Amino acid sequence: MSTNTKPAIEISGLIKRYGQKVAVDGIDLTVYQGEIFALLGPNGAGKTTTVEILEGFRNLSGGKVRVLDFDPATTGEAGRKWRNKIGIVLQSTTDAADLSVQETVEHFSHYYENPRNVDEVIDEVGLREKAKELARNLSGGQRRRLDVALGIIGSPELLFLDEPTTGFDPEARRAFWDLLNKLRGEGTTIFLTTHYLDEAEALADRVGVITAGKIIEIATPATLGDRGNAPARITWLENGQMQELETSEPTAELKKLSTRFNGEIPQLQVIRPNLEDIYLRMIGENR
Amino acid sequence: MKTLKLGLLRGRMEVKVFMRGRESVVFTLLFPVILLFIFGSVFQNTIAPGVTFSQYFVAGMIASGLVNTGFQQLAITIPMEREFGTLKRLRGRPISVSAYFIGKAYLVTILMILQTALLLGFGAAFFGLDIPTTSGKWITFTWLILLGSACSTVLGIAFSVVPKSGRGASAIVSPIVIILQFFSGVFFVFSELPIWMQQFAALFPLKWLTQGMRSVFLPESFATQEVAGNWELGRTAIILTLWLIIGLILSIKTFKWSEE
Repeated sequence: MSTNTKPAIEISGLIKRYGQKVAVDGIDLTVYQGEIFALLGPNGAGKTTTVEILEGFRNLSGGKVRVLDFDPATTGEAGRKWRNKIGIVLQSTTDAADLSVQETVEHFSHYYENPRNVDEVIDEVGLREKAKELARNLSGGQRRRLDVALGIIGSPELLFLDEPTTGFDPEARRAFWDLLNKLRGEGTTIFLTTHYLDEAEALADRVGVITAGKIIEIATPATLGDRGNAPARITWLENGQMQELETSEPTAELKKLSTRFNGEIPQLQVIRPNLEDIYLRMIGENR
Repeated sequence: MKTLKLGLLRGRMEVKVFMRGRESVVFTLLFPVILLFIFGSVFQNTIAPGVTFSQYFVAGMIASGLVNTGFQQLAITIPMEREFGTLKRLRGRPISVSAYFIGKAYLVTILMILQTALLLGFGAAFFGLDIPTTSGKWITFTWLILLGSACSTVLGIAFSVVPKSGRGASAIVSPIVIILQFFSGVFFVFSELPIWMQQFAALFPLKWLTQGMRSVFLPESFATQEVAGNWELGRTAIILTLWLIIGLILSIKTFKWSEE
């Protein structure tokens, strides 16, 4: 983990109510500078509400948040100075402006004190061939990549991504992951929410699982839900039928099997639970 | 300083986007010219010595143009920008809401200049509109345009919180504008309207703008045909200023970035 100890985001006892409904129910979380943190959770768990409070779009009902050592609800000149260091990619935008990709990115670059190079950003999000195309004529995935371009144009220290790769094809998703890894390499802190477990696993230094407004665990993808110690499943072919057993000591079991077969075990598989299995179990238990 | 710079940058961008939208160009810029053509062709009658109805109508359409390019255009497009997330996207950036307003004002100014030039040119070429020759009339024309478009812009921004959705905005805003046009003496001679209609119209800026524009484009002798027997320019200035202040306060107090 390429993190240092300085926090980029500090959340303590965060509560958000909409009338009677509690959307966020006491969250504590610290995200460190330079890390990619992924917030996972089912729809309605409070992901977007949490992100939008961090982005300064919503007021909190209780608790405290600091983002880059600043209160995101601050308005006026101080708020705009802070926004200069923040990149935001909202969940979905459907505005179909009659501006080309090039014109849009160029326009937004003027808002920032220290913008990235416009052409470089267009290259990075893979929209070079669409640079002259009007935003309204882009496909859903291309549209999303334009959103990402507008999120990173200001060279943010901290980038928020709310379900960034929804609607991407697998190739575009890989390219997007490479881009995020590159940004992390340059020192950008990234806070993302996602539905995709493989995305969290490929990108995140740490993941937090949120359900019903509460964070139920924060861990690295490899250790989430005690994944490292979860029982493995072994399957093999014996007497013309697939056999299966679950064990927390797969190596010992394999030794026994190997002795029994006197060598090769037919169609052997050792299966560790993937992040998705762990995640589904976790949110299942907390429903 | 930065706000002004970003506001003008936004303004130029807004003009570019506007000109690329075929519907908006036709609906906002060309529609008044088309109306002028229809009404001017149908009503060729003389309403006072030396004053044809089409001359009367051009003065009203120039005043209406201020309502179209400011109030109507903004009260329809801002709710759409709110619904489609344009405003929310803007809010997350180091730009002040004033820069957004300046951009809108810039757009309205450009549109208003284009529309007024179109109507003046068209009216002079085809409907016997007399372009004023005295500097006094041009001064009146200039302050009417400035005050009228400022008023129209802030009221458009203020009214943009009324439509519940972007898609439905046009259905709420357009009828209001059309009714005001009927009541304010754009389509009919104002002094011939029922008294209650005149009194209702006198509450809103458009009636005063049309009357002011008549003082610019119609002969001085026509003043006696007005309801008050004169052009009432002083009162016009006061009422427009009042509406400007009301609109400014409302737009600052009620403006919201998103629908929730």
